[in-house]
Amino acid sequence: MGAYVVRRLGESLLILLGISLVTFALLYLFPADPARQIAGRSATAETVASIRAQLGLDQPFYVQYGRYLGNLLQGDLGRSYLQRTEVSELIAARMPATLLLMLAAIVVELILGLTIGVVAALRRNSAIDQTLMVFSFVTISAPQFVVGILLLYVFAVKLSWFPIGGYGTLAHLVLPAITIGLLGTGWYSRMMRSSMIDVLAQDYVRTARAKGLGKLRIILRHVAPNAILPVIAMIGIDIGLFMSGIVVVESVFGWPGIGQLAWQAIQRVDIPIIMGGTLVSACFIVLGNLLADLIAPLVDPRIKLK
Amino acid sequence: MRKTLATSFLALAVAAGPALAQDFTAAKQGGSMIVTYKDDVSTLDPAIGYDWQNWSMIKSLFDGLMDYEPGTTILKKDLAEDYTISDDGKTFTFTLRKGVKFHNGREMTAEDVKYSLDRVTNPATQSPGAGFFGSIEGYDAVAAGEADSLSGVTVIDPYTVEIKLSRPDATFLHVMAISFSSIVPKEVVEEYGPDFGKNPVGTGAFKLADWTLGQSLTFARNTDYWNEGLPKLDQITFEIGLEPIVALLRLQQGQADIPGDGIPPAKFLEVTQDPAFKDYVIEGGQLQTGYITMNVKMPPFDNVKVRQAVNMAINKDRVVRIINGRAVPANQPLPPTMPGYAPDYQGYPFDPEAAKALLAEAGFPDGFETELYVYNTDPNPRIAQSFQQDLAAIGIKAEIRSLAQANVIAAGGEPDQAPMIWSGGMAWIADFPDPSNFYGPILGCDGAVQGGWNWSWYCNADLDAKAVEADAMTDPAMATEREEKWREIYLSIMEDAPWVPVFNEQRFTMRSAKLGGPDAIFVDPVHVPVNYDYVFSTDVQ
Repeated sequence: MGAYVVRRLGESLLILLGISLVTFALLYLFPADPARQIAGRSATAETVASIRAQLGLDQPFYVQYGRYLGNLLQGDLGRSYLQRTEVSELIAARMPATLLLMLAAIVVELILGLTIGVVAALRRNSAIDQTLMVFSFVTISAPQFVVGILLLYVFAVKLSWFPIGGYGTLAHLVLPAITIGLLGTGWYSRMMRSSMIDVLAQDYVRTARAKGLGKLRIILRHVAPNAILPVIAMIGIDIGLFMSGIVVVESVFGWPGIGQLAWQAIQRVDIPIIMGGTLVSACFIVLGNLLADLIAPLVDPRIKLK
Repeated sequence: MRKTLATSFLALAVAAGPALAQDFTAAKQGGSMIVTYKDDVSTLDPAIGYDWQNWSMIKSLFDGLMDYEPGTTILKKDLAEDYTISDDGKTFTFTLRKGVKFHNGREMTAEDVKYSLDRVTNPATQSPGAGFFGSIEGYDAVAAGEADSLSGVTVIDPYTVEIKLSRPDATFLHVMAISFSSIVPKEVVEEYGPDFGKNPVGTGAFKLADWTLGQSLTFARNTDYWNEGLPKLDQITFEIGLEPIVALLRLQQGQADIPGDGIPPAKFLEVTQDPAFKDYVIEGGQLQTGYITMNVKMPPFDNVKVRQAVNMAINKDRVVRIINGRAVPANQPLPPTMPGYAPDYQGYPFDPEAAKALLAEAGFPDGFETELYVYNTDPNPRIAQSFQQDLAAIGIKAEIRSLAQANVIAAGGEPDQAPMIWSGGMAWIADFPDPSNFYGPILGCDGAVQGGWNWSWYCNADLDAKAVEADAMTDPAMATEREEKWREIYLSIMEDAPWVPVFNEQRFTMRSAKLGGPDAIFVDPVHVPVNYDYVFSTDVQ
């Protein structure tokens, strides 16, 4: 187990290195000149050149990338071109909000997804099942921007149950967490349903029933724990999906997380923030996958780590 | 209706400065407001900030030697109690107000003025505004890194500073009013270094009380402010991260007072027709013109008749309709709120038949094929399609090249790449309300260089010489004459027709019922978007 984790962490570092190289190269090739952006439209060619030199943007690609990596190893993500603030400070200020939103969304999708999946499996092919599956289809297909605006309009503007966007209290968290969580709810409910149906057909379930165990006991003791395994493995992978979702949802709800930060930076070609944001998101995805692989054998002893 | 609004705004801008000031002294101080924005504020360092969001925040935290009457483009003295201009127009001597204190309690003196100008021009500061100070003696040495200090700026005594120019510059007082010229305290700048933009200390009406990155900023009233009676509000909270559409919902629910990003196009008709809110919608002009450039170096646009024909082919009213009437049609480069605008000029009429005839005269009876570059965000591609139809009607087949902003700007900066560009989304907005600001970079020979902003590559040496003459008229007594000279320059440009001026965008914003103050300060042409210092709360009146 220990050796496995060390090897996987080593692989993760390589993946992150690759991601940093690709992102850096893409930004290097992007046809906007950060020095011109900083210098402004009233600047002379000399001013632009002097800023380019100060930022080292006149150096060849490998020098620029090498210097970035060197600083990165010392924990230095650089300063934002436009805000002139340390990128690490900007990311640190926004990280708690994103983590909180992510956790809350996982809770939402687990509660909703598992409940819907179980109910649908137990009432298989009934009107309830069909209604729930249509619902899950809708939540998977609906664009999060639309869902977010819709929830805001109904529950915040019309009913005034929740604040209209912003950050701070539990009430602020509910709507964005549901917006992100609904996407996972769709996936989880469908997965839980089919997994439940598989398990319900197993011999040991029939045996339990033959023994005369109560229905609730069979489901809680024998069916659900086995059916949930593939869903749990999904959570780690899900973190990657979240990262793409938060960019949109954070913007709609004014949630001060790193998705919003990255989006603003992309619009302004603020390369140090784009790099920092990408690396942090990549860390999440890589660690999420690792976590999923580590949890799997704990819940299912048949899986062995190699 | 639209037209009347625009004209009355203009009238207000020109005539009502002192009257406005009187209304404001009457309003009591106190109360607070919430302003929303989508994007986080990038910086509050006056040497760095160069977007319309932080511009007016900086103007509320800092002061410069000069400023403008609220809601107008009329220059007034700010930290300068008085100034004199030498006969040759090259030496400005400013007397400073006494007893003006920075937010840290220290008195502002002439040394601070000198330090602030040295700092903004120093290449190490990387100020996007450094170029504005090019007429100060010694600027070139500082810009080249050969000197730390502008030789033309001299401290005579703690309350007097003298600024020598290398050439007469009639726009210099405007330059002293832009936010880059704000006075900053050396000790605080040195303490925070590059983080001064997060810890701003100025002499302004408000001071920064709190900044939670990505969430909110709080401005608190500077109780020591030298300009008695200002600011009106005790506190302003800027809430960050709200989409304009969400911001509007909050305003409608009484949870916000001003949508800083304005009314989003999708909600425009709904809000302006809603009886509950339409009275709180405010329209104002801005120092902006949307235009089509024709590259005079690329045939067939090297032929003036072709350019004039295109000017007559474009249906500007339809374009204004496409954007829900959020603009007024333009017939000349300068926007109507800019001094030097020619109100009697009729421009080229919309006349496709005459355009066709002119095109035939130019040797293109069957038209020709060309390309129209456009920034790829809505509504610009839709506007470009409207131009495409207009051009097709006179036989010109224009292919639309819809690209990212950076690519369009790059294409415009090449002498032989973009025959036509629609400027929408990238259009020139003036830095200060002076006609010269619309000439040099976008219509003069200086801008017609690789990587420049003069996308029509129009370069008329006679007009350049005339522009230099106009800007040498520094005597305030010659202001009218100077304005007339600029008016002639722009009308000559229209004869050569390197542009099709299409429209002047209007700004539309809203305020909640609890805010008071004349409409003009909510769409201030200089303190863009809002002149925060003069907004008052009706709750405390």
